[in-house]
Amino acid sequence: MKWIGLLRLAVIFLLLAFLETLCRIGVIDNFTMPPPSRILLDLERMLSSGKLNSAIAKTLSNAAIAFVLAVSVGISAAVLIHAKRTLREALDPLFATYYAIPVLAFYPLFIIIFGLGSAPKILIAFMLGVVAVIVNTLNGLDRVPRVLLKSARIARLGQAQTALKITLPYAAPFILTGVKFAIAYALIGIIGSEFIMSTDGMGFEIAFAYNNFDNATMYPLIALVVLVSISTNMLLGIWERRILTRRGLQ
Amino acid sequence: MTPDTDLHVTLRGVTKVFNSEQGDVHALGPIDLDLRRGEFFAVVGPSGCGKSTLLELLAGLSTVTEGVVSFEGQAIGGEIPEGVGVVFQEDACFPWLNVSENIAFGLEQRQTPATKRDELVTHALNVMGLESFAKSYPSQLSGGMRQRVCIARTLVLQPRLILLDEPFGALDQQTRLLMGEELLKLWRDTGATVFLITHALDEAAMLADRIGVMSARPGRLIETISTGWPVDRDSRIVESPDFGQVTARLWQLLREESMKSIGKGALRA
Repeated sequence: MKWIGLLRLAVIFLLLAFLETLCRIGVIDNFTMPPPSRILLDLERMLSSGKLNSAIAKTLSNAAIAFVLAVSVGISAAVLIHAKRTLREALDPLFATYYAIPVLAFYPLFIIIFGLGSAPKILIAFMLGVVAVIVNTLNGLDRVPRVLLKSARIARLGQAQTALKITLPYAAPFILTGVKFAIAYALIGIIGSEFIMSTDGMGFEIAFAYNNFDNATMYPLIALVVLVSISTNMLLGIWERRILTRRGLQ
Repeated sequence: MTPDTDLHVTLRGVTKVFNSEQGDVHALGPIDLDLRRGEFFAVVGPSGCGKSTLLELLAGLSTVTEGVVSFEGQAIGGEIPEGVGVVFQEDACFPWLNVSENIAFGLEQRQTPATKRDELVTHALNVMGLESFAKSYPSQLSGGMRQRVCIARTLVLQPRLILLDEPFGALDQQTRLLMGEELLKLWRDTGATVFLITHALDEAAMLADRIGVMSARPGRLIETISTGWPVDRDSRIVESPDFGQVTARLWQLLREESMKSIGKGALRA
């Protein structure tokens, strides 16, 4: 299926070429958006000049912290909730309506509590991602066949061992779906918070560039966010394909 | 060693009642049964008679309502006893592990040294004819092959009592006969006591030293039949006239019980 991959690349390339043409012939004026080739050149210049490196590092490291927290807390919480039926029943309505709550609305409150540092942003990004991890992990844990649980008991595994050796590995494809959400939400949470109120970070720099009509900074930064997001998702995609192929699901 | 080393497993007045919101369901018993060390015992019975419940009691997966189940002189009380291996009808392979890793699972749990572990896994792979599939994943194997992996995973732990819950139920008839033959060979080689649950009368008649026939629910043992087969038997035993007699006797005992169980089902539906 090599040609499918090529076809997909061709679609992206054609879209970019179309955009490039629109920019070049003036349908989109350069003040609104520079052509994609220009954005790439600006990105290269921006990265090599290093003047935004600390902002980029700040955003990516905060997103990484929020992501790791969301995944580790999310998976542990799911194991616990799965084991306790009443806890599950108590929390189910919360999970079902959770994503109707605009978590970013709490950001000002968190700034008041934690100050205008990294903590409130990480908290927002964590809150956005953790429930997706919990819900997807629970979904996977629900599907573990009874015979595997019996096998775990026959092998005389304790509760923690059963989770680590049997139920979580079985649920891995579902957990991975949650993990993908957690990556997306980590970036959304951090960059979104930086947009709203911050003293540094990529979101702050994008907003700052926007306010100063600085297209040569704004567009490369947006492109960088998109690249980071797509490449991490693709890395996870490789892992996911490997798991699914092993199980004969792909 | 206990003085009665001959008795490996004993059940005394064993019953099982399931409590549910619709009332109590008397699933099993009372059952009295002795398994001799190293014998091959099969259980047949109408569907829903509590065969699997009986196996779960022996495995320690479930607790008795009344009576005592003991293994090597120790009462089994909801604790999984050491030295018991179980093979289920359902596919119990771990889909995220390859064949070797599946077989090594229990050994890793016991922290068997790596060299010893590899040796045992390689041996189990050879015995079950899985050498060329060591690195394959369960999804790449047929149902029969996957069941072999599960049997290998159990055998590698060298259990003294092997419980099998319709292990070949999902396989086609030819594969079943051959797997049965392999099971006989493993039984002879390991010297373990084997307790096999099956719905296939011919399978029970072909494999077992003794066959326990169970009644419709609540399951009781209505008769125990000794087949009198030689130890070094194989699937060709089906050609002997005695085989026909054993199977006929089993059906004679089971026909009425099976009709009861089907009738009950029809009424419920």
